[in-house]
Amino acid sequence: MWHIEREGLGRLIRLLADRGYRVIGPTVRDDAIVLEEIEGLEDLPAGVREVQGPGSYRLERSNDGRLFDWAHGPDAGKRFLFPPRERLTEIRRDREGMRVGPAPEEDDRPLALLGLRSCDLHAIAVQDRVFMGLDERYRRRRERAVLIGVNCAVPGGTCFCVSMGTGPRCTSGFDLALTELADGFALEVGSRVGQELRDALGARPASEDERAEVDAIATAAAERMGRTLDVSDMPTLLYRNREHPRWREVAERCLACTNCTMVCPTCFCHDVVDDVSLSGDVATRSREWASCFSAEYSWAAGVVVRESHAARYRQWLTHKFASWIDQFGVSGCVGCGRCITWCPVGIDVTEEIAAIRATDGAVEVRTA
Amino acid sequence: MSTTELREPAAQPEGRPMRIAVIQRIVPETPESSTYWMTWRGNDGEGYAFEAGQFNMLYLFGVGEVAISISSNPMHPHHLGHTVRHVGRVTNAFRNLRPGDEIGVRGPFGKPWPLHEAEGGDLVIVAGGVGVCPVRPAVESAMRNRDRYRRLILLLGARTPDLLPYKDQLDEWVALMERLGVELHLTVDEAVGTWLYDIGVVTTLFPKARIEPARTTAFMCGPEVMLRFAGRGLRELGVPAERIYLSTERHMECGIGLCGHCQLGPYFVCTDGPVFRYDEIAPLLEVREL
Ligand code: SF4
Ligand code: FES
Repeated sequence: MWHIEREGLGRLIRLLADRGYRVIGPTVRDDAIVLEEIEGLEDLPAGVREVQGPGSYRLERSNDGRLFDWAHGPDAGKRFLFPPRERLTEIRRDREGMRVGPAPEEDDRPLALLGLRSCDLHAIAVQDRVFMGLDERYRRRRERAVLIGVNCAVPGGTCFCVSMGTGPRCTSGFDLALTELADGFALEVGSRVGQELRDALGARPASEDERAEVDAIATAAAERMGRTLDVSDMPTLLYRNREHPRWREVAERCLACTNCTMVCPTCFCHDVVDDVSLSGDVATRSREWASCFSAEYSWAAGVVVRESHAARYRQWLTHKFASWIDQFGVSGCVGCGRCITWCPVGIDVTEEIAAIRATDGAVEVRTA
Repeated sequence: MSTTELREPAAQPEGRPMRIAVIQRIVPETPESSTYWMTWRGNDGEGYAFEAGQFNMLYLFGVGEVAISISSNPMHPHHLGHTVRHVGRVTNAFRNLRPGDEIGVRGPFGKPWPLHEAEGGDLVIVAGGVGVCPVRPAVESAMRNRDRYRRLILLLGARTPDLLPYKDQLDEWVALMERLGVELHLTVDEAVGTWLYDIGVVTTLFPKARIEPARTTAFMCGPEVMLRFAGRGLRELGVPAERIYLSTERHMECGIGLCGHCQLGPYFVCTDGPVFRYDEIAPLLEVREL
């Protein structure tokens, strides 16, 4: 473990920018902490706290100037490694016929993602399993990216990473991990790139006291989780409860607004759509985030397979917590709680799963 | 950065290069569907081969892509037929295609019919309506290697004679089948005009076909209700669940297990299917809106 003074973080941001990185970090915008391109320490959310709960997110100010005493806003690494809309293929058509080629990259600078929490790092590892072998664009962005994690001192009210085994302390998947201390940051190195950055920053070895403080911060954070979730017996718990009455019950509240899937750092479903240039001779195929909560998502051969909100909610929750394990070998949930915070009606996955578990095996009686 | 790698690498942004084919002939099959016959442009077909039961993603310029099973003979991968049912935005745009027009093709994708499973025994193929199209390559492959199977039984049904694809080749087929020793039975739910074959749902053909369950491997393709009833019917006859296969249909956007659209329970239909073994998939087909 190493130590840099507070201004060392500003130097790190500038160092990465000088090396050609597009440095993305947390900043306040529209009353939320979002991830955006940053230029220095002054862009970070100094003295900002979050209050998160089911269906609610609010910022509070304090004067202590602390930079990371909050959990996370709606954004995660996904927005940059797997952008919401991205051009993939260009098809030109002229007298000779159609010609197919890759669409150019809009911003080809390598990414440096700063301020990712342990859950966010795990979410990237989850998406790696989805995209790495199949998608050249993702792979290229991912392989060139520098990931700088931050250990959480103040978890959010909807967080349950301890239950999912994904936090609150960064243990893998980072190049550098920071812990905010009174006089600067403790620095952990997770890769060769991280080592090199540490050297360039001139970090000094952390003292015994500093190490102990980092441990204490992580232990305290783990005890302050907003929520807990029992994920034993997955995936079978949800497989054997496909006809559970709770699906209909939650559907009475769910608006099928798609928010939960948009803020989820692992949701990967997408559409590929065509745009034609005004001249009519170039078609661009782009991918866009899609959501299993929309009707058209399950549209097949003229029919919507999942007509009811109950079926859509069941698809989402069962995919996230159960079939994901069959498909990719890990849970699709990292316990960040974003879906709870950003659900306009405050539907809480931990509550829904607990309710199904409590009445395991119940079967809805249909009247029609 | 260390990264996790669990899947096979793919060549292109959308998975498999898009090759260009040229429409040669368009054959109306039913009021709702036509078969589009195409050949590759230049050497775009280089290295292209497919197996019975697989599908391609077909692309119309500026409109989009759609997954269509290949309904032509796998022996001739340079002369492809796809029977398209005009039920959606992209498939309706197919109505505007004319011979000479170009079309993008990615594929082939998906698991094929396990023809080898049936070797040495009887192959029973049950298909309904446009479900006849995806089994056609399997029928052609089986006929080519007729000596590998004991009995070849083909049970085809549709709501009305009108809705039976390849009508124009029906008599031709029946004659050819007889010569090759294929037992072909046809049925429609409602007969109109001069219909010479059976009347009733496809399962009513089972007794007539004298299926011998212990020797049978069955392939089924058609609407979900038909699959459910035909599957149960075959099971009741005593055909083991592990010897029944069926082809499923879902919305597909990528064909490579990436876009998520085609999920059916834990499966990606595009890569784990579209052909599944009955015992893997039957419980899922019973769940509404899955
Ligand atoms: S955010 Fe809430 S209301 Fe919107 S789709 Fe998700 S669960 Fe339903
Ligand atoms: S079609 Fe995209 S995952 Fe199957």
